[in-house]
Amino acid sequence: MSLIAKNISVEVDSVQHLSDLSFEMSRGRLYTVLGRTMAGKTSLFRVISGLLKIDSGDLTLDDKSIKDEMIWRRDVAMVYQQFINYPHLNVSQNIAFPLKKAGLKKGEVELRVHEYLAKVGMMEFKDRKVSELSGGQQQRVALARALARKSNILLLDEPLVNLDYKLREQLREEFKSLFSDQGNVVVLYATTDPAEAMMLGDEVLIMHEGKLLQKGTPQEVFENPKSTLVAQIINDPPMNIFQGSISVGNINLPGGVSFDVPSHMTHLNSGDYLFGTVSPAIMLNHQGSLPATVTYEEVSGSESFIYVDSKIGPLVIQIAGIHSFRIGENVAFNLNPESFYVFDLGGQTIGTPSRRKMIK
Amino acid sequence: MAKVTLQNIGHSYTAGAPIETWALKPFDMTWENGKTYSLVGPSGCGKTTLLNIVSGIVKPSQGRVFFDETDVTDLPTSRRNIAQVFQFPVIYQSMTVYDNLVFPLVCRKWSKERIATKVNDVAEVLGLGDRLKKTARSLNADDKQLISLGRGLVRDDVAALLMDEPLTVIDPQMKFHLRRKIKEINQQFGQTVVYVTHDQYEAMTFADDVLVMSNGRVVQSGSPEELFESPQNAYVGYFIGSPAMNFIDVSVSNLEITLGGKVLRTRNTLTGGVGGKIQIGIRPEYLSIARSGGENSIPATIVDISDFGSLRVLKVTIGGQIARLKVSREDGIPSSKEILLNFPAQKTLIYRDSQLLA
Repeated sequence: MSLIAKNISVEVDSVQHLSDLSFEMSRGRLYTVLGRTMAGKTSLFRVISGLLKIDSGDLTLDDKSIKDEMIWRRDVAMVYQQFINYPHLNVSQNIAFPLKKAGLKKGEVELRVHEYLAKVGMMEFKDRKVSELSGGQQQRVALARALARKSNILLLDEPLVNLDYKLREQLREEFKSLFSDQGNVVVLYATTDPAEAMMLGDEVLIMHEGKLLQKGTPQEVFENPKSTLVAQIINDPPMNIFQGSISVGNINLPGGVSFDVPSHMTHLNSGDYLFGTVSPAIMLNHQGSLPATVTYEEVSGSESFIYVDSKIGPLVIQIAGIHSFRIGENVAFNLNPESFYVFDLGGQTIGTPSRRKMIK
Repeated sequence: MAKVTLQNIGHSYTAGAPIETWALKPFDMTWENGKTYSLVGPSGCGKTTLLNIVSGIVKPSQGRVFFDETDVTDLPTSRRNIAQVFQFPVIYQSMTVYDNLVFPLVCRKWSKERIATKVNDVAEVLGLGDRLKKTARSLNADDKQLISLGRGLVRDDVAALLMDEPLTVIDPQMKFHLRRKIKEINQQFGQTVVYVTHDQYEAMTFADDVLVMSNGRVVQSGSPEELFESPQNAYVGYFIGSPAMNFIDVSVSNLEITLGGKVLRTRNTLTGGVGGKIQIGIRPEYLSIARSGGENSIPATIVDISDFGSLRVLKVTIGGQIARLKVSREDGIPSSKEILLNFPAQKTLIYRDSQLLA
């Protein structure tokens, strides 16, 4: 029982929106679709819902092609970035509306509305007009309406993007339990936030410029990205990539920086490679062997991201806690080659760091 | 540029309402010349009311506003010599980028050369130098917002630059670019900036001092580091940081804090008796898994693991109370659900009735 895309391509006004997309998705699982703006996430959703016609390829649900099926016959529920509800109806009526339209009996409608009001924590607001609700509450109603339908497919297009930071954090965690029991529905969730994609997805699909770059469990994609591009998209900040070479047991980086080849690269031939390291793996410290100059700094609520120029190129360093750096300040850091990813010059992955899976 | 002094400022939108219901409860504050301040808090916390009092859009129910030594409380916005940037770009769509930037200067008796130099300088900093001849309409939303900002920057005599959620409508991908520009500009131009946002990321990135607001009050004002390391109350601990600071009920015996039957050493001490609800607060970044049971290590049980990529967030219970800690992916996941948590004494703070003890 699954949703299968076979070599789907879509062109709109001679711009390629989706190109040769193939995947299989099972009912009862949540797939996060991660990519930057214009990656093709929204086009994919429009294809699945029937708003956008496929030029070539096929889309099947439970072995039956649905590519020429009309929108209203596909049974797809959708939640958008904007909070879309029926403004003249109250919260309960909003959730009941599609259920009544689908011909459910009155008792069944009431039961379902009740169940999903409770699930999204909106029971006490059931008689309120949606226009009297906050953004977060409105999005909960839209979500309940979409979930209550128990449709074949549920599409969530960046549903948290327009909410406050704290609310986003809270809803993200609620979603995790809300979606843990999705019975028979194929759930797709589009986002530009790698952390959200990792945390919510049973599987993650990485998209870029209309292509599907990789699909796998969050752990697979994060620990074994197929390419530099995937590694950059799945990491926030994007993975640091720099060029260097391997020769006679050494990794050589620009500016005379050199390390012993770590165990996960000993099988590699001498030659030029791209190396990658995630921002938290770079250690900023006064005794660091590599000098750098701060070009910019950002601070989230609990981490500092220091953008530096160094001999091996521009890097982003992430440290826990709030530490303030001035633009132009000189700092020093260390790299740990055990945590390096290695890619060929075409950007294809050829080595990833070995992982300690367990703390004893 | 000016120092901004708020003297006993308070505001209610309803005349005669009791003070507890005011949109902004009376308070005093001074903003130093040339520093950047961000006002952060959820919608309805009073941050926009406060900004509007500084700009003159709202006349406060009580108190005085000074720019340096001048009382501006009764002056209209137009006579306060401030620059403002709003959520939506306020620009002349049909004019060129250049003419938009020149406009704030035309009524000043500046020479053509002086104007051209200033406008070109500002355009260069904003990265608009190559688009000066284009009409503003043809630019992207984020570039339009840069023009709004530039119109404030060309006037180098403004008392303050006031920004009200300038990045809210900007595409997430472009936000980084704009944040970086704004920060560079702040450092370069050294204006007094007041920046209103609901986004802690922006507030913490831009400001020398962050004012966390809730329910019409400034609940803490301090550097980003102070807000992170020493939240004065549970609200700041919750609002700043992601996930929020952990607050855990503890017992007190002989003026010592105990958790899970073990004495905990802390940064601050329990003063002022044992009354009230005593909790410890600790950031998820500072809790760690102890390799062996020593001082300040407390048994806990892992109940959930969220994978965020480079970091994992472990949800644990300590004697039935929930806490969260961040664990680097490099460190892996514990092999057993039963773990020992280390509470570094310097990062463990005592709160009474949600207020940090001195």
